[in-house]
Amino acid sequence: MSATIENGINALKRQVDATVASFFSSCVHCGLCAEACLFYTETGDPRRTPINKTEPLRRIWKSEYTLMGRIGKALGLTKKVDDKFLEEWQELVYDSCTMCGRCSMVCPVGNDIALMIRKTREGMAAAGQAPEGLIGATTRAVTIGSPMGVKWPALRAQIRHVEEDTGLKVPVDVPGVDYMLLLSSMEIMNFPEFIEAVARLFDKAGVSWTISSEAFEATNSGIQIGVSDLAAVLVQRIVDVAEKLGVKTVISPECGHAYTAIRWDGPNLVGKAFSFRVRHILEVLDELRTQGRLKIAGKDARKLTYHDPCQISRRGGVINEPRNLIGMFSDNFVEMPDTGKMNWCCGAGGGVSANERADEIRLKVFERKKAQLDEIRPEAIVSACSNCRIHLEDGLEEYNMDIPLLSLTETLAEHLADN
Amino acid sequence: MTEIELLSWARGPGLQIATVIFVAGVVIRILEILLLGRKANLAEAKGTEMTSGLRTIITRTIPDRTTFRRSGITIVAGYVFHIGLFVVCFLSAPHILFLKDIIGFGWPSLPTPVIDAFAVVTIIALLATLVNRLSNKVMRFLTNFEDLLTWTLTFLPVITGYLAFHRIGLSAPALLAVHLLSVELLLVVFPFTKLMHAFTLFLARWYNGAISGYKGVAS
Repeated sequence: MSATIENGINALKRQVDATVASFFSSCVHCGLCAEACLFYTETGDPRRTPINKTEPLRRIWKSEYTLMGRIGKALGLTKKVDDKFLEEWQELVYDSCTMCGRCSMVCPVGNDIALMIRKTREGMAAAGQAPEGLIGATTRAVTIGSPMGVKWPALRAQIRHVEEDTGLKVPVDVPGVDYMLLLSSMEIMNFPEFIEAVARLFDKAGVSWTISSEAFEATNSGIQIGVSDLAAVLVQRIVDVAEKLGVKTVISPECGHAYTAIRWDGPNLVGKAFSFRVRHILEVLDELRTQGRLKIAGKDARKLTYHDPCQISRRGGVINEPRNLIGMFSDNFVEMPDTGKMNWCCGAGGGVSANERADEIRLKVFERKKAQLDEIRPEAIVSACSNCRIHLEDGLEEYNMDIPLLSLTETLAEHLADN
Repeated sequence: MTEIELLSWARGPGLQIATVIFVAGVVIRILEILLLGRKANLAEAKGTEMTSGLRTIITRTIPDRTTFRRSGITIVAGYVFHIGLFVVCFLSAPHILFLKDIIGFGWPSLPTPVIDAFAVVTIIALLATLVNRLSNKVMRFLTNFEDLLTWTLTFLPVITGYLAFHRIGLSAPALLAVHLLSVELLLVVFPFTKLMHAFTLFLARWYNGAISGYKGVAS
């Protein structure tokens, strides 16, 4: 489908439902959402107020789905949605929003503004007003199978390394197992330690699992750029393989938006409930913990904190699990000032990290995370999203902060008891 | 038209017209929203929709600590004028009598000096919200004609009510007529502006709570 303004407007129309209509009807322009958004608090630019980012969708809702708007439209009084306008909004909708959803938690009338921005992106993308970096990532995800262009041979090579290092067998394409593990390209290329950690944890816990050579990519650029059709294609690949192998549970790895994509959006994108469960790796590990199958030895004496990845905590519901798991190897855990469902985003989610144009602003808004860290001064940060991890490392370096970043899954594996 | 004629028009046909537009408008706006519908969620739930939605309707009344620290003025001024409006609207003796005539039943009122104090506080709080709206960088950026119109239409009944009660400026019937007309103007405009949030915020908060609650997050 070619990208035209007509397609964009039609896509925006398809996004309007009772939730959107109730949200726009309720906004009183109080501006509280701005103070919840790191893109406003760290830049002081009122254009970056979350509700302002939804203006393209608001105009369509108003002129097409309200009595007064329709009268206004007939009289030629409505504000137009055209290419020029959408182009102007690109920077707000994509570069200045990680869809972290903190605004959705503070809006006094209850607007889920992050959802409204997610819906606005559908119109932007259909009108061809999406950043090049994200278009490239999405195209690669659909044609090659991975946003970073990672193919099976690359993963196969990493799996071999893991097998050599651990002496363990990493199961590939094994049918009838309990769990099928997905990975993000970032983990395959930058953090293969994650695969090793899972292999060791699952070996000790006696978990039957596999990786699929056909559907191993967990990330979904379709939901970041806002093209549901493509997002559905990417989800369907996983569904087909999970059904073919007959697995009971598909595991989303340490990646925020991948979890939202497969766990919460997935069935809705393909229009069918899954025949298998979807769990985040932290949920699976916490289940193993409660079953007494995770034997941990020794403590990390450092003062640790946990960075909540937005899509896993606030937008995903996996909030207690990481804290339970950290408790297994730490007696010196401190929460950040705003934490759990109210945590501040790292600044690079929702496609911002794939959008080169946003490089400057994502490092600028990192000052919010810096302020949080300055208050508690941890000796190491634990997290569970490789995108957060890369960006946090970037930000810490930019601001000369020497704090190591730890993957929760990897740290847990390091503390596995020998027997 | 004399003052008395104006007053009787405002008490009679004027009020009827305004009430019909208000009620019909509110019903249309709510149907306009609900009839759009919402797709059922096919993902496996981690929590509930209904109870989470109802919980958020209540809990969203209280701001979180950081938000309060960052936006204290907006929140306090907003709270005060909303509570003040409710008290002077529904707990003052003349209003209860007026409504009793129409709906057939009344309820206890607050003493006059208390209502009077609430009215003054409400007027101050409304002025504070206007100053805040025009001086706060974000609010000034967001403010459009509708925001100023609705502020004015909310302010007018309060100030004219205060003047009518204290008989300041005009004759008693004229003051009462102006007060009633300002209320009628508010009623007529209400359904077609952001004033609708008084009704739709229950929908919005419910949806917000339901969407989050489904994933196991208390919003």
